[in-house]
Amino acid sequence: MRFVDEFRDADTAHALSAKITALCQPGRQYKLMEVCGGHTHTIYKHGLEDYLPEQITLVHGPGCPVCVIPMGRVDDAMALAAEPDVIMTSFGDMMRVPGSNGSFFDAKAQGTDIRMVYSPLDSLKIARKNPDKRVVFMAIGFETTAPSTAMTVLRAAAEGLTNFSIFCNHVTIVPAIKAILDSPDLRLDGFLGPGHVSTVIGCRPYEFIARDYGKPVVVAGFEPLDILQSIYMLMLQLSQGRAEVENQYSRVVPWNGNPVALRAIGETMELRPYFEWRGLGFISHSALKVRDQYAAFDAELLFSVPGVRVADPKACQCGEVLKGVLKPWECKVFGTACTPETPIGTCMVSPEGACAAYYNYGRLTRHRISAVPGGRPPQTPPKMEASQT
Amino acid sequence: MSAGQGGGAGQARGGWVAEALRVHEEEEQQARRGSPQPLPGTVREELVLERIERARRSRPRIKEERITMSHGAGGKATQTLIEAMFASAFANPLLEPLEDAARLSVGGARLALTTDSYVVSPLFFPGGNIGDLAVNGTVNDLSTSGATPLFLSAGFILEEGFEVAELARIVATMREAADAAGVQIVTGDTKVVERGKADGCYINTAGVGLIEHDLDLGVAGARPGDAILVSGPVGDHGITIMLARGELDIEADITSDTAPLNGLAAGLLSSVPGVRALRDATRGGVATILNEIARSAGVGVTVNENDIPVRTEVRGAAELLGIDPMYVACEGRLVVVTAGEAADRAVAALRAHPLGAQAAVIGHVTADPPGIVQLKTAFGGTRIVDLLVGDPLPRIC
Repeated sequence: MRFVDEFRDADTAHALSAKITALCQPGRQYKLMEVCGGHTHTIYKHGLEDYLPEQITLVHGPGCPVCVIPMGRVDDAMALAAEPDVIMTSFGDMMRVPGSNGSFFDAKAQGTDIRMVYSPLDSLKIARKNPDKRVVFMAIGFETTAPSTAMTVLRAAAEGLTNFSIFCNHVTIVPAIKAILDSPDLRLDGFLGPGHVSTVIGCRPYEFIARDYGKPVVVAGFEPLDILQSIYMLMLQLSQGRAEVENQYSRVVPWNGNPVALRAIGETMELRPYFEWRGLGFISHSALKVRDQYAAFDAELLFSVPGVRVADPKACQCGEVLKGVLKPWECKVFGTACTPETPIGTCMVSPEGACAAYYNYGRLTRHRISAVPGGRPPQTPPKMEASQT
Repeated sequence: MSAGQGGGAGQARGGWVAEALRVHEEEEQQARRGSPQPLPGTVREELVLERIERARRSRPRIKEERITMSHGAGGKATQTLIEAMFASAFANPLLEPLEDAARLSVGGARLALTTDSYVVSPLFFPGGNIGDLAVNGTVNDLSTSGATPLFLSAGFILEEGFEVAELARIVATMREAADAAGVQIVTGDTKVVERGKADGCYINTAGVGLIEHDLDLGVAGARPGDAILVSGPVGDHGITIMLARGELDIEADITSDTAPLNGLAAGLLSSVPGVRALRDATRGGVATILNEIARSAGVGVTVNENDIPVRTEVRGAAELLGIDPMYVACEGRLVVVTAGEAADRAVAALRAHPLGAQAAVIGHVTADPPGIVQLKTAFGGTRIVDLLVGDPLPRIC
């Protein structure tokens, strides 16, 4: 299939793998963070780690839209959806995110009108068809999805729709990256920059990472070869002692971003003073709200939203996983109490969540096969007998 | 708040979350004993994976308080519902194998008995309608049990206001499908419910077939060295239905693969010794069947992504939608387990039939790791293929 197969070619992958391995300095460990959950998904889905030498560890970052939604906001959304004449619309991967009293799926099973949409614009169709109902779109995501929400608000305004609003939970990626860089828990060597976010914001916003923190950034595409090539570009920078922002995904990402999309966001939304992120806590200027001019489309103003901060379940360690401090399997309830079918935390919900990706695709460590020269050796469990006594 | 709060079932969850935490603590402590140093990461990961495998093997428990769409998706939740609710309540040796049809002995004859309900939306789609599905689906469940399908029942649940002309089209299609499969619809039932209490037309069919050989078919019989085949491209039906709903603004030249598989199955069984199991890959797709093989037989399954036939249109649509074709329903495809040495003959036998023209070996059964399906990706990596969670395509059949 054109535009897909050429980015999944195993021969090219073998060649890149060898070049990456050659750039590893003996005795040095490399920790590279893929910021975006889409990358995490690709890495596991294609078995990409088989191509990486033992010295390179990929650390999964916070760029998973549903993973960073704090529980209080989920509860707020459930309260909105439970209003008598409301139809809540939501992207599919939000449906299973647990709030204090269950998920959208559970609420739907109990009769709440929650509908899955593929585009926020579909909510407008539903609003037009149901003039006696109030349609609320659960707006989530980074700068990737914010433009389509913005366009939807603009369209609703142009049409004069009075029964549509959004519950805005859009967040911005740069403050989250900064929070991770400032976190004392983690030493990272470089970043795979989020490709889809960058199609909107471009590459400039990452320059502080290279300039102020001395870490290289490569904005990466989402096919497995994109990621492998980006890792190569990061390793090349590290081996040459450079720290720059580079754009591997130039076929899609313009250096200065997408001005039309940015204008649409700017027209309809503004930064909140602060916003809570799951696991990362409150981060200032890290999220968007609807601008006053479009208040008629802001569900937070139209409805009474509880707005109560809810602590994560004690057993949940999504915060540490999102910061890359814990690997998914290091969480105490991973795979036993917390599974994709009955998730406790958000990271087990979204296909972009590190826990879901590892659970669904990656539980193979002990059987890992050294697929390529320079690939990981099979990791037979050493000392298992001793450890089980 | 308690450790258990925040799950689908709220407070009810406390028990099993606390239990999981306790087991985690105990094992960590046990593992550390005799060694003051923290365990190396690889060993700790091993322990976690062992624990997960144990959790997966433990008795299934329904953790939800209400039925959700996931329970009908053919994936993990469906399996849990069947095992924890139905199989345990109705427990008997004939039900226990949980195959597509039960095999019974009546007055010296060996029979296969099966039933299936159809709630597909939309009722009409490229390549067929709910009537084809209702006949072919039941014919196929009998065929994969190694039976010759003979007689079907048909039960209709109709919604007040449903157009008689549409019902006539559906029924005519059922008659044609029954003729094509060589079966007769010999009994039936009709119910009508108020407008809004159903969605036009639901159909249930049950079927009886005669088993005329003494093969002991079943996925539990898979052994290391066996080959796994599919009879043609996968995912056509599911993607067709999804596009036919018209919600996605994607158009593609795909039709449902709904077809009776009795001829294909009989041809294979009569000409190739060493066939261990047949399945038709409906809800949950090929991935679900591979997992059933791994689980029932306690074996590993390894498949090659490059060897799995998928139409370009299906792959393209699935790629756009973020769906894996391995999980998408087929309505006219066999998954076959044969002895390794019989694989080539089985491919040839399938290809000799028009419905099996693109049959291919997609993988093998291995001794290790038991219960796990591994995929060699086209990219050259290795990953797990697990049971489907959630429901990307509700009401597919």
